[in-house]
Amino acid sequence: MAGNNHKNDPNVLHPHIAPMSTYFKVAGVLFALTFLTVIAHQFHTQLGAFAAPIAFIIAAVKATFVLLYFMHLKDDNNMNRIIFSTGFIMLAVLLIFCVIDIVTRVVEVSPL
Amino acid sequence: MSTDSTAHGKTPTAHVSHHFRDANQEYESGKQGIWLFMVTEILMFGAILVGYSIFHAIYPEMFAEGAKSLDWKMGFINTLVLIFSSFTMAISISFVQKNQTKKAAIAMGTTILCGAIFMCIKYFEYTHKFHLGLYPGRYLDAAKVGAEHANLGMYFGFYYCMTGLHGLHVLIGMGLITWLLIRTIRGDFHSQYWIPVEGVGIFWHIVDLIWIFLFPLLYLVG
Repeated sequence: MAGNNHKNDPNVLHPHIAPMSTYFKVAGVLFALTFLTVIAHQFHTQLGAFAAPIAFIIAAVKATFVLLYFMHLKDDNNMNRIIFSTGFIMLAVLLIFCVIDIVTRVVEVSPL
Repeated sequence: MSTDSTAHGKTPTAHVSHHFRDANQEYESGKQGIWLFMVTEILMFGAILVGYSIFHAIYPEMFAEGAKSLDWKMGFINTLVLIFSSFTMAISISFVQKNQTKKAAIAMGTTILCGAIFMCIKYFEYTHKFHLGLYPGRYLDAAKVGAEHANLGMYFGFYYCMTGLHGLHVLIGMGLITWLLIRTIRGDFHSQYWIPVEGVGIFWHIVDLIWIFLFPLLYLVG
């Protein structure tokens, strides 16, 4: 570490170092959730229509852990959080307009 | 400070380029660029994902038939391998920040190895499908493979596009981490300079993140 005498030196970085135990815990959670996905899949006939949403909710939880702890968004600035969320906002826009297009189509038969 | 510091006894210092105010601004600027790049990654994979959902809604039975030909155990093992590689990548950054160069190099080497294991499993999956004649799009002969749906090739079009593009990212990531590994051994990275490690790390995690969604989408839900 740079030491406290460099506290106000503009040429010295003061990185936020996450404790090693955090990485072990997050990896443990990710492995556990992967097993949970597969266990939930064994009951997909009983779950019926809920099987897909459950699988994707688990995936979203895993993704959140990766983003916050592995990609350090938890300790990052708001600018980077906003930048990354715009990707998902644009994706939602793409999906919504495509879905509106598909579901509102009317089958037309040519009179010719 | 660790004993295997690369700074040869001296405190490592940040080199601030003249167009930056201070070391922190330089670091934050670099990271912001990486996050902007990650948005384009999300949009690229997202577009294929939206296409998949729409055609899945139109032809649910055909997609179910395609999903049946995938072995979820292969995808499951690959998920575990990729999560472990993300973990080793994350700890390598932590080691670099603490000047523990040797440990960082070992963690990076493990990450590359995990990427290679992932690609090997992918190779076996692909060759098995080629053997069965399950090609993408019009290259899939529905009569020859005994498909119930004539347009089964569309499912495999999506399958090869999604996993192929993802696989390409894994290969590029492996190349980048190899570059990091060489620079780490050379002693370029330390507690005051690790932005390339952080950047490649974020890229590697996004590759993992995409697989986290591809695994249930392709292998489990179908």
